[in-house]
Amino acid sequence: MMVEIVFYVFAATAILSALMCITQRNPIASAFWLISTMLALAGIFVLLEAHFIAAVQVLVYAGAIMVLFLFVIMLLNLSGRVSDIRGRLSWVVATVIAVALTASLIGLRAYTPERLAQEVTGSLQITPDVAFQSGDLARAAAESRGVIGVFAEPLFGTYLVPFEITGLLLLTAIVGAVVLAKRRL
Amino acid sequence: MNPELKGFLLLSVAKMLVVFVAVLIWVALLTLMERKVSAWIQNRLGPNRVGPGGLLQPAADGLKNLVKEETLPKVANPILFLLAPAMSFVPALLMSAIIPFAAPLPLDFDFSLPLLGRFVHAGSTPMVVADLPVGFLFVLAISSMGVYGIAIAGWSSNSKYSLLGGLRASAQMVSYEVALGLSVIPILLLAGNVSFSSVIADQQGGLWYVLPLFLAFFLFVVSGLAETNRLPFDMPEAESELIAGFHTEYSSMKFAMFFIAEYANVITVSAMTVTLFLGGWDIPFTAWDQQGGLLQTLATGSFFVVKVMFFVFLFMWIRWTLPRFRYDQLMSLGWKFLIEVATVYFVVIAIAIHLIGRVWGVTDPRAMGWWLFALNLVLCYIVFVLLDRGLVIEGSSPQRRPVPPSVTSEAMES
Repeated sequence: MMVEIVFYVFAATAILSALMCITQRNPIASAFWLISTMLALAGIFVLLEAHFIAAVQVLVYAGAIMVLFLFVIMLLNLSGRVSDIRGRLSWVVATVIAVALTASLIGLRAYTPERLAQEVTGSLQITPDVAFQSGDLARAAAESRGVIGVFAEPLFGTYLVPFEITGLLLLTAIVGAVVLAKRRL
Repeated sequence: MNPELKGFLLLSVAKMLVVFVAVLIWVALLTLMERKVSAWIQNRLGPNRVGPGGLLQPAADGLKNLVKEETLPKVANPILFLLAPAMSFVPALLMSAIIPFAAPLPLDFDFSLPLLGRFVHAGSTPMVVADLPVGFLFVLAISSMGVYGIAIAGWSSNSKYSLLGGLRASAQMVSYEVALGLSVIPILLLAGNVSFSSVIADQQGGLWYVLPLFLAFFLFVVSGLAETNRLPFDMPEAESELIAGFHTEYSSMKFAMFFIAEYANVITVSAMTVTLFLGGWDIPFTAWDQQGGLLQTLATGSFFVVKVMFFVFLFMWIRWTLPRFRYDQLMSLGWKFLIEVATVYFVVIAIAIHLIGRVWGVTDPRAMGWWLFALNLVLCYIVFVLLDRGLVIEGSSPQRRPVPPSVTSEAMES
């Protein structure tokens, strides 16, 4: 009951902030509404017992990436001159994207926990509660191994190769950025 | 609502009130302490007219800030200009919520109030507002939110000094956050968990982390100093270049809120250092403090305050002793020294823990601590003596330039 109330507070904040983010004319205000959305999402992650994801959401997205966004907006001093992206063609593109996203959302409604459990495990014998650990199990795991342990063991065990590939990809991106940005190496 | 939940809520609200009021009063007293310490270092007396020994000076300052005229620059963005002080004030206070300040207090109560009903609580109460499982990740996350207040104060004032201050602040804080985050990884390796309570418990069982992880301690204090934007890292408000930097256009209480945020940050960074490296509320050389009870809670609480005050004093001492860095020196210190050293250090510590713990089979945390301390002595020699040939902080050591022969001959003739 309490958890549901808190969830709806965070969910309403996230949706309202997202709406404000795309309707504000001032880019700095938009950026702040985006930060507000991210903080509300972090709250929802905490309700799902994903403390580490919540902390990283605030640390990386709200704390580091948005600072760089703000940095760029402040340096370019964009405020007040944003009408050039609101032409007729933009409206058509925006409508098409919005319709596509709404359609995919409606499509995703078919993904009930039961169906997901079936797709993950390949049979209907396993109930969603077992396939997707409920909050109590996640809480117990976090208490016994710590929030980092719960997260790190699968990441560096089962999913080590995808993790390393992602790391390599990011390294490539960093090297590419340095090569592009630096005129004289 | 059941009585247990109500008891928990009552305790939480009480702890919140106590912690936040205590931090605010502490901040007020720190402004006086800063002036007294600076006076002592500069051989002056400092404020001594208001109250006994100047003790009521913070109250007078607060009153002055409340009744002073509020100014709002015509070209400023009014909403963000008003929002900015709050945005630097709130994260600074929020961080004090998760630092344990004393040993857990066993507390049992069961009473009823008219209208509100029955309150029940049993068992030991951790002396922290919220013992979050994410521990110091939360502090890193919230401290990264603190940069918005300063950056937005600079931008919304719409003045070039403020903007430069705000930009410097965001660049500096983003850079040093990386070093701050990397310097706590060795603690994670040693404690195996991020929550403050387990970090303190681990230090009580072994050594305080300042010995086995001395280099991490050094890196943490330096980057923490940069995170609080205090001298020698106070680029965002460097008064000789930027008048007052990001808060040039602010007056009265809004200015005071930036000030409170700065001192609250000093307290938080000191308390973090104490909790992560100096055993938190642990009293050394005794197990007496782990038994629980009112006396233990009071004693450990005062000991924690003493330890935090030591670091607060250290920060003030540094502020009134060292000159300000040049901006490029600050950036090269952050990116070219602290981050590299922190990265290499946690790799070395990880290998050392694996070798000592798994290969040599040392399981006693105290023995492990002493081995790591020996390793740290070697690493400190390498970092502070061998690597530092005037390179760590560019140009801080006097560089002897070869004197042109013509000058010496002229000097000798005259």
